[in-house]
Amino acid sequence: MALRRWRVRRARNGRIQIALPDHEREVVRRMLPQLRELLTVGAEDDRTRRLFPTAFHDDPEAEAEYRRYMHTELVASRLTALDMVEASLDRAELSEEEAAAWLQSVNSVRLVLGTLLDVDEHLDLDDVPDDDPEIQGYAIYSYLSALLDELVQALEH
Amino acid sequence: MVSVGNLGKMAAVASSSAPVADPVEVTEPTDESDVRPDRPWIVIVWNDPINLMSYVTYVFQKLFGYPREKAHALMLDVHFKGRAVVASGDREHCELDVFRLHEHGLWATMQRDD
Repeated sequence: MALRRWRVRRARNGRIQIALPDHEREVVRRMLPQLRELLTVGAEDDRTRRLFPTAFHDDPEAEAEYRRYMHTELVASRLTALDMVEASLDRAELSEEEAAAWLQSVNSVRLVLGTLLDVDEHLDLDDVPDDDPEIQGYAIYSYLSALLDELVQALEH
Repeated sequence: MVSVGNLGKMAAVASSSAPVADPVEVTEPTDESDVRPDRPWIVIVWNDPINLMSYVTYVFQKLFGYPREKAHALMLDVHFKGRAVVASGDREHCELDVFRLHEHGLWATMQRDD
């Protein structure tokens, strides 16, 4: 098994370094406008339902109020993070704030993609047949999971 | 009880500050020392098939200032028991916590602590 190279890490000097191979960077670059478009389609879109979870299970009135005030805030927060990722996409180092924006954006895309693919906790790319029509989606989802995990490790240390 | 106006304002504050939050900065040293006899609301995080265990552990540390061990234990509760109470307090605080958890894509709800 080949040694796996790092994508994101906390350097000895405390900086967060990021080194995505060009084709991976392009995957991320292509995702961003797609997420931006989905975020702005409106409240009731099944693809984005995981980005806007229910806050009150048993209180429709409180839930409606929460949505009324928080939905636009949740959209705005994610758009701000997206802007920050786009601006730092070609950099080799990320500030803490930028890394947090990457974390939020990468996870947002995972949430949308995971919803579309209807993934479960036991998804293993090795189990997906090569001729599965969704193989590319599963591959991107798995890649983003690994990237997110590296972002977490870097931010945690 | 928070008014509707406060809720909107809170959201604006949360969304402007949350992305830059850092585990040290979000610790709330003053609030915990307040005498608050009733903590009538609880915030619950539910298991979901998408969020990573490492990510959930990190989010609990970042948002609540919990030590890694506590954050990890809460994450395991969510994973194996299906849910965990991650915070409690007055309605206003819980609404802000739920919002910040939603910002990070976690399934968080709040309810009265009966």
